[in-house]
Amino acid sequence: MTTTVDTTTDGTEDELRQSLDDWRGVAAEDKDELSSSGGIFLRARSRRLLGELLRPHKRGLLLATVLIIVVTAFEMCAPYLVSIGIDDGIPAVRHGDWTTIALVAAGIGGSALVGSLLRLKFLTLAGRIGQDMLLELRRRVFNQFQRLPIAFHEKYTSGRVISRLTNDLDALNDLINSSLDGLVSALLNVVVIGTLLAVLDPMLSIIVLVCLPALFGLMAWYTKGSRIAYRLQRETVAAVIVQFVETLNGIRAVQSFRREKRNRDIFSKLNQDNVNANAKAMMMFGWFMPGIVAVGGVATAAVLVFGGFQVMDHTLQIGVLTAYILYLRKFFDPMQDLAVFYTSYQSATAALEKLSGVLEEEPAVPEPAEPKRPAEPVRGGVRFADVRFAYPKRDKDEAARVILPDLDLDIPAGQTVALVGATGAGKSTLARLMCRFYDPTAGAVRLDDVDLRDLSDRDLRRSVIMVTQENFLFTGSVADNIRFGKPDATDEEVERAARAIGAHEFIEKLPQGYATDVKKRGGRLSAGQRQLVAFARAFLADPAVLILDEATSSLDVPSERLVQRALRTILADRTALIIAHRLSTVEIADRVLVMEAGRIVEDGAPDALIADAQEGGGDAPSRFAALHEAWRESLV
Amino acid sequence: MTVMLFVALGSTLIGVGVPLLTSSIINGPLASGDRAALWLLGCYALLFGLAEAVLILTRRLTLASSVLGIERDLRDDLYEHLQRLDVGFHDSWQSGQLVSRMTSDISAIRRFFGFALIFLVVNAVTFLSVGILLIVIDPLLGGIVVLFGIPLSLIVFRYEKVYRRNIRAVQDQQGEVATDIEESALGIRAIKSFGRRDLFFARYDAKAVTLRTLQLRQIRTLAQIWALIIAQPQTVLALITLFGAAAVAAGRLSLGTLVAFVALYQMLVWPIESSGWLLAASQEANTAAERIFEVLDVEPAIREPELTRQPRGAGRLVFENVGFAYPGSDAPLLTGIDIALEPGETVAIVGPTGCGKTTLTALVPRLYDVTEGRILIDGVDVRELPLAELRSRVACAFEDPTLFSASVRENLVLGRPEADEAQVEEALRVAQASFAADLPWGLDTRVGEQGMSLSGGQRQRLALARAVLGRPSMLVLDDPLSALDIHTEGLVEQALRSVLADTTGLVVAHRPSTVLLADRVVVLGPAEGGGTTVVAQGTHHGLLETEAVYRDLLSQGSDLAELAEEAVR
Ligand SMILES: Nc1ncnc2c1ncn2[C@@H]1O[C@H](COP(=O)(O)OP(=O)(O)OP(=O)(O)O)[C@@H](O)[C@H]1O
Ligand SMILES: Nc1ncnc2c1ncn2[C@@H]1O[C@H](COP(=O)(O)OP(=O)(O)OP(=O)(O)O)[C@@H](O)[C@H]1O
Ligand SMILES: [Mg+2]
Ligand SMILES: [Mg+2]
Repeated sequence: MTTTVDTTTDGTEDELRQSLDDWRGVAAEDKDELSSSGGIFLRARSRRLLGELLRPHKRGLLLATVLIIVVTAFEMCAPYLVSIGIDDGIPAVRHGDWTTIALVAAGIGGSALVGSLLRLKFLTLAGRIGQDMLLELRRRVFNQFQRLPIAFHEKYTSGRVISRLTNDLDALNDLINSSLDGLVSALLNVVVIGTLLAVLDPMLSIIVLVCLPALFGLMAWYTKGSRIAYRLQRETVAAVIVQFVETLNGIRAVQSFRREKRNRDIFSKLNQDNVNANAKAMMMFGWFMPGIVAVGGVATAAVLVFGGFQVMDHTLQIGVLTAYILYLRKFFDPMQDLAVFYTSYQSATAALEKLSGVLEEEPAVPEPAEPKRPAEPVRGGVRFADVRFAYPKRDKDEAARVILPDLDLDIPAGQTVALVGATGAGKSTLARLMCRFYDPTAGAVRLDDVDLRDLSDRDLRRSVIMVTQENFLFTGSVADNIRFGKPDATDEEVERAARAIGAHEFIEKLPQGYATDVKKRGGRLSAGQRQLVAFARAFLADPAVLILDEATSSLDVPSERLVQRALRTILADRTALIIAHRLSTVEIADRVLVMEAGRIVEDGAPDALIADAQEGGGDAPSRFAALHEAWRESLV
Repeated sequence: MTVMLFVALGSTLIGVGVPLLTSSIINGPLASGDRAALWLLGCYALLFGLAEAVLILTRRLTLASSVLGIERDLRDDLYEHLQRLDVGFHDSWQSGQLVSRMTSDISAIRRFFGFALIFLVVNAVTFLSVGILLIVIDPLLGGIVVLFGIPLSLIVFRYEKVYRRNIRAVQDQQGEVATDIEESALGIRAIKSFGRRDLFFARYDAKAVTLRTLQLRQIRTLAQIWALIIAQPQTVLALITLFGAAAVAAGRLSLGTLVAFVALYQMLVWPIESSGWLLAASQEANTAAERIFEVLDVEPAIREPELTRQPRGAGRLVFENVGFAYPGSDAPLLTGIDIALEPGETVAIVGPTGCGKTTLTALVPRLYDVTEGRILIDGVDVRELPLAELRSRVACAFEDPTLFSASVRENLVLGRPEADEAQVEEALRVAQASFAADLPWGLDTRVGEQGMSLSGGQRQRLALARAVLGRPSMLVLDDPLSALDIHTEGLVEQALRSVLADTTGLVVAHRPSTVLLADRVVVLGPAEGGGTTVVAQGTHHGLLETEAVYRDLLSQGSDLAELAEEAVR
């Protein structure tokens, strides 16, 4: 992130650039490349991926290749047949013999028909293979993103995920859709015509051969330069998408804080970066293509002259020379196509590099290879054994900030524990460890004496469920969102869950009741209504361990009361960790933990903690007692 | 464009020149055995070839800059337009659909201008010039060529219509898929904590499979068009050979001319064959443009006033018979709301969950416009104030903090880039957000997407600091202390009170502690004819005494309610 400021240039422009870079702040988030190895590794990686995607389609690919070879052969017959027509047919016609010329014409016409039918077949076949590969890739990458841990997503950002799964896949789609068949047929054209040329007249072909190194040189230069350009293009376009998505998601703040102008400057810059990367690629192509044409021009002229001499010396027939020149054109024309296709290929490879990077990223919170089954039924005892935790460093220079220095905590099955403490103390962090969003830096978290790291994802999620502080509703009906807690729940079950926590009333009043679409991120509902739905979700999921992280903070008091009442019954037979600033929750807790700077400083039954303070002669009142007192005071 | 046409014409002429040159060599020096002439003609051929290359180079280089300019401007325009579009629009549009417009669709347009357009022009010129040349060389053979073009274009035209529908379906589906992707990335915490990976995968997969089906349909249509197109030139070639041979035999045509004719005709093969994907590319660009303009053509519902008035005063805020209904719903949510806030006064809005408190606050900075009545600032309707002016007077802290993945400082000065260090510190002090200084890079630390690398309370305090920064004359705070612990809450309250002392404030409150920020309380509740309206106003203690609704709304559980009553007594 260091920008060297060139003092000689115009100061204001530099300042603008600088200020357009600074705004993001420090962190290594926008490192687009995951593994920092060199270019060769990248290519090997994406080639491997391509190979894996192609493998299941071996047979189809073989068929497609045969088809396209046949098609190309049919198309290639034409000039040859024409030359036969001219050399043999016409003299025959002069003698009144029409058979040759008729055969030739029929041959051309027939090959046209068969060729086009076969091409139809080829195009649909190749299209299907391409789309299957694409679908497979979409699935894999999506799945991989879902497997990767929260820490990864925090660094990578959603905009980049979107970019990978849309834009990068588009680049591949372009290649597959329009280019792949063109690439194959152009390549075949070049090869077949090259051979034909060699057979037709070996002498003239030496001239063409001399041109080839020039072509290869051109190609090597282009490959190298454009790869860098396209790689840059993929990265810059991701940055554009990130900015775009973030603006859309924060549009209220953007507008009410009049952020539009600055956003526009930032976006323009990112956009310009992307355009520059594109320009680089297009410029390279701008030189590459005419380069090929020039080589072709030189070759044609040379063939004309030398072929002409041969004809004069009667070592070559005019017909052959004509055909040769026709073919030569056909030899160089597809080279231009090849060049066009080669650019899509380059662009797609850059995309593949990015995608294969994602696919090769090892989840930092991996699923166990051999999961241990917890004893059924899961009772829900949770134990933190000497846990130490620091969030993954976002930058290698960053000093690790230990959030939980040394946590030793045992929550017996069935206990309801309230966790209170100042904001930023580490309460949510503890909860996240409990449902394995992160793994502890040291020590272990155990569920019924099984390390969470040894549990399969399915078993873990079935047993431990957390309602996060940042609840999230998905596009879809209210019922769908509640059913999120238990996908196979019936309508009755959904309604029962809603009733239990007091959400039924408002849902019923919505225009379409349970079928009302909550819109993007639940925007159709109020904040409190969203919390109720999120709560109903957890209720329906019916886990052995329930974690509620500020799950009622946006509710009004009567609603909260209803939820409390529901909790009393729900939590009777399960383990629960309730994080809340409003101590009303504590009423239903068996045990209170007070957290300060990542340490549990008080632990006990709520009444005992308060009572201690009231009796505790000389001692200062316990923190919890003070907190409770303050809270009571805040109620009026 | 003229450069383009000129260049296109040039390259076609050169392309035409080479076969003509060939035929003149065959008919000329080869027949006569003139070696010197052959050298000369060979040089011409070389020149032609190089000139063609130069022309292509010019074309590409000029094109690159203009095409990229188009892409960039379109993107900038789209972004700017979306920033101007009102919140109501954004509520109803999935961002995936917008993202796919900004990326895939704009790329389709770029591809069209970058590749397809030149070829279209070059091909058109080639068709015209070569067609004319062919007719001139031999009217009969030339006629065959032209005649066969007509049925072809008709068939292709019909298919294109189908193709167009296919493409549109694909593009829309791409937007759908993008929407799913976005949701799965933003909702990753919820998905993970419920272990619903499979559910989401299934949802996504269904859409991806549909996309594949649609794409295959598109491919199939294109393949059919293409197969038709490709069959044509060869069929015609067969006829040319037949008729040409007859003509040569009859002595109506020289052999050299026939060769030239065939060679010239070959020049048409590529343009004809390529017209398949050219048309495809233009259709794609066409529907892409359609999709983009669907967004660009939307007029923002919240517009700058035509006539503006300048309010003079210290910040009197009046709701006058305000009513509001969300677009698309027939029943009003808010009706007949009358509230007057004197300059410097702070009013708490209290009401049950989902009654419309947040909606009411959103009306002040015109995130939505009232559908009835009006809101006045110092006697001027907010719809008559310039938007920027209005929004700089009114600062908001929303119920969710809405932070951006930028530095803490950038998040703070979001609306006031001119804010100085002292102001930033003051704001941090008021919001008790000194934790920011302890972050790894202090205020320059990036907070992560949506501020997710901060704790809930830290996020909320930053959002609060952002609102109070620069002491705006009006503050709208939506439940600003909900994520804070009691101790911090007390500190923030104290500091905030000093700010609110001379600021007009509208504070949504769920708890008594937040209510205490206000001088006066407005209670919202159900109106008689449906909707929400003001059901009571007064001071906190006054209302506790007189209003049962209010007591019910603000006092804790049963035993605590007694406690509260005790305190009141
Ligand atoms: N994803 C993250 N990456 C880095 N640091 C984080 C992350 N999440 C939280 N932190 C830091 O860890 C500390 C503890 O955060 P945590 O969210 O656990 O607090 P909390 O006790 O839940 O507070 P609150 O009551 O405000 O929700 C905070 O200082 C916060 O800045
Ligand atoms: N975009 C929308 N379209 C239609 N109805 C909406 C929309 N947004 C919110 N509503 C409805 O309007 C009502 C008021 O919502 P609002 O967010 O203003 O409530 P609130 O009083 O702030 O509630 P809370 O205390 O839960 O924050 C809710 O019942 C909600 O369902
Ligand atoms: Mg928290
Ligand atoms: Mg609200």
